[in-house]
Formats: sequence, C-alpha cells, structure tokens
Amino acid sequence: MTGKGFSRLTATAAVMPAANIDTDVIMPKQFLKGIDRAGLSRGLFHDLRFDAQGAPDPAFLLNRPGFEDCRILVVGPNFGCGSSREHAVWGLLQYGIRAIVGTGFAGIFADNAANNGLLLVSLEAEPHGRLAEHLAARHSPVTIDLEAPRIMVDDLVLPFDIDPRRRRAIMLGLDRIGETLAHADAIRAFQTGYLAGSPWLA
Amino acid sequence: MPSPRTLYDKIIDRHRVMPLNDVEGPGEQLLLYIDRTVLNEYTSPQAFSGLREAGRSVWRPEAALGVVDHVNSTAPDRTAAAPDEDAQRQIDYFARNGRDFGIEMYDVLHPRQGIEHVVLPELGWVVPGLVIAAGDSHTTTYGAFGSVGFGIGTSDIEHLLATQTLPYTRLKSMRVTIDGAVAPGVTAKDMIMAVIRAIGAAGAHGHALELAGDAVLALGVEGRMTICNMAVECGARVALIEPDEAVVDYLAGRAKAPAGSLLERARRSWASLRSDDGALFDRDVHIDAHDIAPMVTWGTSPDQALPIDGTIPDPAALPAAERRDAERAIAYMGLTPGMALEAVKIDRAFIGSCTNARLTDLRAAAEILKGRKVAPGVRAMISPGSSTVRREAEAEGLDTIFTAAGFEWRQSGCSLCLAMNDDVLAPGERCASSTNRNFEGRQGTGGRTHLMSPAMVAAAAVAGHLADVRRMPRP
Repeated sequence: MTGKGFSRLTATAAVMPAANIDTDVIMPKQFLKGIDRAGLSRGLFHDLRFDAQGAPDPAFLLNRPGFEDCRILVVGPNFGCGSSREHAVWGLLQYGIRAIVGTGFAGIFADNAANNGLLLVSLEAEPHGRLAEHLAARHSPVTIDLEAPRIMVDDLVLPFDIDPRRRRAIMLGLDRIGETLAHADAIRAFQTGYLAGSPWLA
Repeated sequence: MPSPRTLYDKIIDRHRVMPLNDVEGPGEQLLLYIDRTVLNEYTSPQAFSGLREAGRSVWRPEAALGVVDHVNSTAPDRTAAAPDEDAQRQIDYFARNGRDFGIEMYDVLHPRQGIEHVVLPELGWVVPGLVIAAGDSHTTTYGAFGSVGFGIGTSDIEHLLATQTLPYTRLKSMRVTIDGAVAPGVTAKDMIMAVIRAIGAAGAHGHALELAGDAVLALGVEGRMTICNMAVECGARVALIEPDEAVVDYLAGRAKAPAGSLLERARRSWASLRSDDGALFDRDVHIDAHDIAPMVTWGTSPDQALPIDGTIPDPAALPAAERRDAERAIAYMGLTPGMALEAVKIDRAFIGSCTNARLTDLRAAAEILKGRKVAPGVRAMISPGSSTVRREAEAEGLDTIFTAAGFEWRQSGCSLCLAMNDDVLAPGERCASSTNRNFEGRQGTGGRTHLMSPAMVAAAAVAGHLADVRRMPRP
C-alpha cells in the first residue's frame, strides 16, 4: 500500500516530544491479529487515545480541538523503536498522518515508512527545537515542500536533507519490487556464482 | 594491501548484487542478496497477499522457513486450537501460504515448533557469514554466529520473498568492547542491559554494532544470542560477534548444519570472518566487565535500568532532556523516587522469549529454584524457547524443579513477552520478566514490566520482590 505521491503538504501539526515512542504504543498488540491491513486507524495510539470504556480521552493531544485535521506529527528522538510491526505505519497513514518530523527514527520503522509513502523528516536538534517551540506558541499550519526541500511555518523556514531515492519514492509512489525485478538477470547471475562458491548454502 | 575491513563490511561486500548509488562506505546503497529468512504468522500475511495480488511467486522457497510462535497458546496441554478466532485465522492463512508457495512451515503441533529465533539456530540453519532478514526486530540474534541479521517490515518481507534481495543502505560501524571477566551472578543479559544503559535506547542508531572483548567471547553461543538479540534495544539494526570455535562446536550434528567435507570447506571460508586488526569503527566504546552487576529496569524504556542494589532515580537529579520521560515512566510504573529496587514487590514472574528461554537460561533459573518455593501471591510461569528446549529440559529433570517450586511449566511461544496470545498482565500487575521490552502496555494494557536475567526472575519469584541473585546462593 503506497500512499498517493506528493511534493508539497500543508496541514495541522501536533507535537509529541517524548523520546522513544515505540511501535507497541503506536499500534498495540490487539490490532495485530488481522491478515489484511484493515481497521488500523482505530488502533493508532489506542491505549493513549481511548479510555478503558473506549471513549476518546480528551487530554490526549490528537483528541483536542484544533487537531481534527492533523496530518503531520513533530516527534521526539528514536520514534518508532521496538517491534518491526508495519501495522504502526499502516495505522498512521489510515488515520491521516502523511509526514513525521523528528531528530532520528528507528531503522525498521524508517524503512516501513519509506515502503508506504509516509514521509519522515530528520532535523538537527536545534532547528527541531525551534519548530517545536514555534508550534507550542502558535498553532499554525505547517508546510513541507519536498522540491526545496524545506519546512515552513509562518516566517520560520527550515531546510532539511532527504535521501534522493526516498524523496523520489514519496513524490512518485513507486513499485519497489517491480524496480528490483527489473534486475532479475543480475540477481540470478549473482546467486549462481555465490552458491557455487558457498556450496554448503546451496 | 587492501585497507583493514570490519566483519560487517566483509559480509555486506560478499552479498552485494549491484550498487544502487556511487557512495562508498556508510550511506552506500546496494542491492543486497539475502541468504535466508524465517516467517511468522503475524507479520507475514499481508506479504503473501501482496504476492498473490501481483501474481508473483517466491524466488527461492527453500531459503525460507515458517514457524507459528506469536499468537499460539502456551497452555501446558498442547492442542492445535488457537486462543481466539483471529489467531486461528492467522495460523490457517500461514499454513495455506506455505502450501501455495512451497515453503516449509512448522505448525503448533510440530515437534520443532518454537520461537523463530530459538528454532533457526537449533536447526543448525544459521551459520557464519550469512545475511538473514526477517519480519521480527530480534533477527539481530544471528550475530551470535557472525551473521548479519536484521528485522524488516511486511513490505520488505514481500520484496525479499519475490526477489531474494533488498535495497540496502550500508550502516556505520560501532564496536563495544567488554574487557575482563564478569563477577559470579552476572550473565549475558546483564552485560547487554549494561551496554544499553551506557549508550542509551538510540545509542547505536544507524550503526552495525560489533560486540567484542574477553567477556563476550567467554560466553557460550546461547549467551551470545542473548546479547545480539537485545542489541536492537539500543538502536542497533545489526549486531555481530566474530565467529570462533565455539560456534563451529555448536553447529556439530545439527539437522540443517553442513557436515563432512562441506563443513571443512565452510570452515576455511569462515576463518576470514573477523574484523581486521586496525579496522576503523565510526564509534568505539569500552566497558569494564568488573563494573557490571545484575541489572533490572525501573522504567518503560530498556535504557532505564540500574544495578539491582540501586534506587529509583529522582527525576529532578537527571539531565533536563531525560527528566520528563523519567517522571512519566515512574508514574506509569507506580514507583517512588528514592525507593530501593529490592523493595519493589512483584505479582508475576515470567521466564521466556527469544532473549532468554534457551536451555542454559532454564538451567540458570533451576539452580536458584532448586529446593525453593515461589513466594505466596506470585504467579510464576516458564515458556521454553522451543518445543526442543522443552524436551531437553525435561530430559534433565528441570521441569520437576520448576513445578516443585510453583512455576507453571508451559509450552513454547512468544507468550507474555508481547502478550499477543492469552498470556497477558492485568492492568497494574507487576512482572519480573526475562524478556526484552519494558514498554508501556507491552505485556498487557497497564501492565508493569521489569526486565532482568532468568536467574534474577527466579530470585524475584522466590523473594516476592526484586532481589539480588548474588545474595541467594545455591541452597
């Protein structure tokens, strides 16, 4: 499931500054029992978003007035650590999140995001802090421009670096398996030589 | 003279099908050949559905093996029945995918069923120098054999099944050396928990982490698996220990391991699988083994850990960046700053998981439990890492020691490590656990997890509170 490609996004952003928000918290275990990708919007941050009776917890940021159309999260260090469950990324997208701005993301989570068209932006700690402080003071829409690439909110402009392959995939929504299978002959040739040299693996 | 290379770079070089950019070193993108994978019933279903929708087949079915482990019951009397309808649907779809795509699958009743990262090494299917990618973050375990193992999501499982490769970005290299020898009562689990505490939950982010030093190489292969398994909790995507004779000895006689002349040929190839003298690491960290004590976590992130003789930290005394997270963790855990860790009473004790449920782990717990009883009010259970471990433990009489002490002797599965089946903590329940993650809600919504070694879990179960295994010698 690749999200529709985009090169520019303007939306409400929510700041979740805690470090080490793990994929168990993003998508709790009770939502991992499907054989398809359906129904994961409800699971997003479930144990924080909903109380024991299943009612929205008004204290949770995404439940507060002004965040109904949140499409961007600004998060703390090591977001997405822990379990490999891609359900976390599927749930973020199904809820409507299109981009996450942090200082560094856990490796498997970052790969999962790339494979599904969820944009991750890594900023240095200083500009990240300025963005979070700005949003705490003024709840203004945030624009992410992938062409530049830069983040803009009011008069704040923050350039960022992004891997060219990942940027292209976000903008165009590519079929990664199809791209690799275009090299099937090279893979086959490599495999033949490799297994001949390591016959205990054949 | 070629420049000295790290073990990680040597293995990646051997598996490079083609470059995908023109960077050299970290950041190089390449198409990486994957030797083997293991599948489970909960992260793979959508990958197989994707193959079906695109009309694609599996590139090399014999390079994959499936094991049911996450959602199955661990009730002592094993049946094929899953704990609930959703779990049954995942198990049934898993079996169908094995049949349709030609992949060997171990179902719940298979005599070799168990937790994927316990089963693969047991079979002798993990040998030095491989690249193994699998849909579970603890795939780092295979670094114990000098193989690159890394976790992937479901989209990449589909990619791997369809192409036997993954587009890959070469990581930076980091080495943690643990010099010297550890004191009695200090285990592989304490060593990796001390590393995670020292460098933080994101301390090895973006790096392949090589673990080196006398204390690491003094461990048996099972202890090395514990270390590499849990290295993912400090952000390492890959963990590696150079393979030595202990690894070759471990492989001897295992069902899928090479033997005879093939083994001899393999050994000659494996001899070069070590970081060259003078190889440059992007980061180098040294830890003195003498400084490591039995560890427990007090918070909700694996780096929120302390030696057992410590006290719950005062957030006000912590660096500003850690303060708010520590306050939240202490509140969630129902603890008070300044409280002695050994005063923390427990409701549950759990020995299990791909981190710490192998035979040596069970032996260590049995040493503590022999002739002792679980404290009143504590529910204690053991879920062996595999059905094979369960049989081997029973052959040694360990099950008798556990049940006499008051532990439930259960079947194998991931069980209470992530509570996807019916092994779950009730809200507010506190568990001494030999597992790998103390995240909020990990073992059940509102559940409170303290991570520690299997021997420390046994000591806590007997004491009724977190306890120092060094002061609980063999009876």
